[in-house]
Amino acid sequence: MQRRLRHYLPAACAVLLALLGPTLSPYMSDFIVKVMILSIFALSLELLVGMTGLVSLGHAAFYGIGAYATVLASGSEGGSAAWLLPLAVGAAAACALVVGALSLRTRGVYFIMVTLAFAQMAYFVFHDTKVGGGSDGIYMYVRPTLGALDMESRYVQFYVVLASLAGTYGLLALIRQSRFGAALAGIRVNEQRMRATGYPVYGYKLAAFVIAGALAGLAGFLLAARDGVVNPELLAWHNSGEVLLMIILGGLGHLRGAVLGAIAFTLLKELLSTHAFVGPLADHWQLTLGIAIVVFVALLPKGLIGLAARLSPRGTP
Amino acid sequence: MDVGTFLVQCLNAVQYGLLLFLVASGLTLIFGIMGVINLAHGSFYMLGAYMAFALTPLFGDNFLVMLAAGVLLAAAFGYLLEWAFFSYLYQRDHLQQVLMTYGLILIFEEVRSILFGNDVHGVKVPPWLDGSFALGSLMSYPWYRLFASAACIVLAAALYVVVNRTRLGMMIRAGASNRDMVRGLGIDIRKLYRIVFAAGVALAAVAGMIAAPMSSVYPGMGGSVLIVCFVVVVIGGIGSITGALAASLLVGFVDTFGKMLFAEVSGMGIYVLMAVVLIWRPEGLMGRKI
Repeated sequence: MQRRLRHYLPAACAVLLALLGPTLSPYMSDFIVKVMILSIFALSLELLVGMTGLVSLGHAAFYGIGAYATVLASGSEGGSAAWLLPLAVGAAAACALVVGALSLRTRGVYFIMVTLAFAQMAYFVFHDTKVGGGSDGIYMYVRPTLGALDMESRYVQFYVVLASLAGTYGLLALIRQSRFGAALAGIRVNEQRMRATGYPVYGYKLAAFVIAGALAGLAGFLLAARDGVVNPELLAWHNSGEVLLMIILGGLGHLRGAVLGAIAFTLLKELLSTHAFVGPLADHWQLTLGIAIVVFVALLPKGLIGLAARLSPRGTP
Repeated sequence: MDVGTFLVQCLNAVQYGLLLFLVASGLTLIFGIMGVINLAHGSFYMLGAYMAFALTPLFGDNFLVMLAAGVLLAAAFGYLLEWAFFSYLYQRDHLQQVLMTYGLILIFEEVRSILFGNDVHGVKVPPWLDGSFALGSLMSYPWYRLFASAACIVLAAALYVVVNRTRLGMMIRAGASNRDMVRGLGIDIRKLYRIVFAAGVALAAVAGMIAAPMSSVYPGMGGSVLIVCFVVVVIGGIGSITGALAASLLVGFVDTFGKMLFAEVSGMGIYVLMAVVLIWRPEGLMGRKI
């Protein structure tokens, strides 16, 4: 019974959010949209880190590339999401293919450093050259539309992002169940054995890297459509660090963990930088956030889901 | 490009490369020996630069005394930090190390902002190194930059002697090639770790102190140097000091000449270099097969 419940819980949450949508205040709705976009971003990294065991510290690059592709392609006329979305996802996937092909030649700590360095390279492309307006970034004049739906509307934004999140979650859940997902899990647990069994390990890892990049591109597209502005900071390595933190915070190896982590991290950041909650410390939120990160990783290496498991008498989450 | 310009750029490249080497050698040693990936290593460079800013009024013209004092302070800081924090990271996986040292960066940055604010500060070049000398008919080169290169060469040579010619160095090399075996042979590995870590912090800090009069002291300076050092370590091969030296100089030249010849895309030069090395030798120039 409990197992069943866990299966339907994400769907129930999505339905509940969909029903609540129209009643939310503009601030709440905006906040939830932000968290949902970050959840998609975190889910895309979960495919890489949690499911395949590849720790990437450069995932923000694909997020940023998706966002930049959207804004650059929509130009001053705006455009239809029917072609902007595939373009953003495709651009991110193409970049992920190149970066993945190179960085997957390395492993372990090398992989961490190489992905970080490539992301930084992408950052410099947008920061130093005139392609994307340099360090100031660029504005999007007209938000994407799809037929009668206009992303300018708060409600359309909310439901488009909610649908994307549900789609991403569903896709990753399917991948987990599939042969492909099983192969990725095998690579995570024992790469040597998978290779000996005859699996083309490199190809599998590259496929996971490209899918993760594409999904990050989707999150980037949604972010650009929500904010209407992009700047190079989207690709900065702090963003890659934060999204990695989200999936750890939630609990590695669970799709719920990525979403939970995105929610918890955003709330934590919001909380630590609000005067009403922490008083004058709010000005130094980086300090408190840093301490919180260190303490959290030290005490709860399995994340919030691990905590729930420890608290529940049944044991396994 | 005339000969004078070329010479000046070569000197700049060597000077930048050597400075990078000081930071990267600590990073590569700490990883090679303790297996810890330390994102906060760039913060030690920043620590050095701010130390130079804070100590200059106290020491006045005694720049060398200030450097020595800074090295001692940084080493003591590193020793304490290893004891209080990093020694708990060895048993954890890379992912947790990345996150915890990332948290540490946030803490360091905020403490820096509380102590020194977010303004860009300048550090005066010591008067006896002020001015420049002529190079060719048109160009001149500041004495201080020459001093910086010389100081880095002295430090690099000292590092070479310690690592290759002393008993401590032997233990360090042994630790880098097989940690468990060294522990098995009865060497106090915790003490070794602490010394290596303190030395790494001191090297990064001294690089920051030397760089401060040339590049001003600004928030976020640690992050940018950290990522360039990752590139250096990847190109050179993890755990190899010789590799780090070769890679630092290579990166110094590519970056300096890239800025001059392809100003528009100069930020990308070293990453392209890294990509080329990865295709050719994924384990780095002097690294072991991975």
